[in-house]
Amino acid sequence: MTGLIDVNVTLSRWPFRRLRGDETSALVNKLREHHVVQAWAGTFDGLLHKDISSANARLAEECHAHGRGILLPFGSINPTLPDWEEDLRRCHEVHKMRGIRLHPNYHGYRLGEPIFAKLLAAAADRGLIVQLAVLMEDKRTQHPLLQIAPVDLGPLPELIKQKPGIRLVLLNSLQVIRGDLLLRLVANEQVFFETACLEGLGGIGKLIEQIYARKLLFGSHAPLFYFESALLKLKESVLDESTRKAISAENARRLVL
Amino acid sequence: MIWDLHCHLSGVSGRTPDERMAQLIEFANRMGIERICVYMGMHWSSDPKPEDFRQQNDEVIQALSHWHHRAFGFAYLNPKYVKESLAELDRCVRDGPMVGVKLWTAHRCSASELDSIVERAADMKAVIFQHTWFKVEGNLGNESTPLDMAALAGRHPNVPLICGHTGGDWEKGIRAIRPHKNVSVDLAGFDPTAGVTEMALRELGAERIIYGSDAGGRSFASQLGKVFGADIPESARKLILGENLRRMILPILKLKGVSL
Ligand SMILES: [Zn+2]
Repeated sequence: MTGLIDVNVTLSRWPFRRLRGDETSALVNKLREHHVVQAWAGTFDGLLHKDISSANARLAEECHAHGRGILLPFGSINPTLPDWEEDLRRCHEVHKMRGIRLHPNYHGYRLGEPIFAKLLAAAADRGLIVQLAVLMEDKRTQHPLLQIAPVDLGPLPELIKQKPGIRLVLLNSLQVIRGDLLLRLVANEQVFFETACLEGLGGIGKLIEQIYARKLLFGSHAPLFYFESALLKLKESVLDESTRKAISAENARRLVL
Repeated sequence: MIWDLHCHLSGVSGRTPDERMAQLIEFANRMGIERICVYMGMHWSSDPKPEDFRQQNDEVIQALSHWHHRAFGFAYLNPKYVKESLAELDRCVRDGPMVGVKLWTAHRCSASELDSIVERAADMKAVIFQHTWFKVEGNLGNESTPLDMAALAGRHPNVPLICGHTGGDWEKGIRAIRPHKNVSVDLAGFDPTAGVTEMALRELGAERIIYGSDAGGRSFASQLGKVFGADIPESARKLILGENLRRMILPILKLKGVSL
C-alpha cells in the first residue's frame, strides 16, 4: 500500500456534534493507521467564527504540535470580513501555509461577486492553492436554524479562465456538480476534484471515464465522515495501478510542490 | 459475512435487469458482500399504480433468476392500493421467490391502510422495509418520517419492522423509533457521517442495526465505511454487517423450504 494524501480533513469542533476525530491527535492516529502520509487540514472554526485570524493561528499550531509531520494547514479566508487581506497575508507569510480554504456559502457571498474574483487573484499572486468547500453536510439534515445551500458554482468556469495562475480544488463537490458544469470545469487545467462526496456503484471508476484521472484527488472529509468510506471507495472501483497511485497521492503531491 | 439490506436496479448501468444485476454482483464481489437484497425496478416510480409495481417486481424477479444463491428480492407495494398490494404480496412472496416487502414514499406508513399489509406480510414472515426520512426542508407529500414508523410499530409490536435510512437525520431518527423494540434501523443511503453507528449501538443495541448501501445510487464502499469505520466491538460489527439480516430472513426461508 503506497501512502495516501488526503486533501480534505478538518480540525477543531464541528458545531453540531462531537466527533471521534475532533481531537487532532486522534484524527492523526486514524490517518496514520491507514497510511496517510499527508493531509490538508482546514478548521471547522473557519465556518462561523469572526475572529478567523485566531482560528487560523490555532490551526497552524495544532498541525505543528500534533500533526506528527503529516498535517498541512489550510487557513480559512472570509472575504466579507474587514481587512481579510491581512488574514491571507498571515496564512502565507506567518503560518507558511500552502493554501487556503473557502466556504462561500457559510460566509454569505456568491461566486459572481467581485470580492471572490479579487480573492482568487490575491491567492494566485501568492501561489496559494485554493480549496473551495461546496458543502459541508447534506442540506436535508442541517440544523433548522442554520440551513445553508451548496455553493452555486455556475460562474466558476468563466472566472477561472481569467485567472491563469490559480489552482482550485473543489471539496465535497461531486454530488452537486454534474453534466455540463462538470465538463466545463474539467476543461480547465487548474480545477481539481476530490472523492469525499462521490457516490454510486464503482463511483471513482465511472467518474474517470468522464474526467481525466489527473483531476481527481483522494479526500475523506474526516472526521465528519468516516475515513473508511473514502478508503473503501478506492477498493470498490477497478483502477489500474498508475491511476490508483495518481488519485491516492501523486496528483495532490504534484499540486502542492 | 456481509449481507446488504438495500440495493436497487435503478442507478446501475445496464439495459436489462440481468445486466444490472450482474453489475451489482460484480461490485458486491469486490467488496466481499455475499448477499444483497434488491427491490424496485428499472425506473424510479414513487407512487406506482398496480400495473407499475407489478412490472417493477417482475423486473426484480427476472434479475434474481440467475442469482438465487446471492440475492433476495423484496416486493414493492403501494398502500394506496391495498387489495392489489395484498394480491401482489401473495404473488411475489407467498407464491413467488421474494422474501420481503418494500414500501417507499407513496403513502405515509402511519396510515391505517398499512395494517392489513403488515399483518399479511407478518403471516408470511416477510421482512418489512419502510423508507423514512426527516428532511429539514420538509418531506415529500406522503413521505414517512421515523415518527410514522413509530406509530406503525406501536400498532404491531410483535412484527419486526425496518426503518429505512435511519431517517436520514439519524440523531432524530434513532430517538423516534428507540422505544419500539420491534424496529431496526437501516444504515443505507445517507452520507457516511461519523457517529451514526456508535449512536445506534448505544441507543438501540447491536441487534437493531442493519447494514445496507442503497446501491446503485450510493456506493457499497461509502456505506460499508459506516460499519468498518465505527468504534464498536467486533461482535456488534458482525451482527450489523450480516447476522441480524440473516436472522430476520431465516424464518421465511424456512417456511419456503429454502436452506442456505
Ligand atoms: Zn433505496
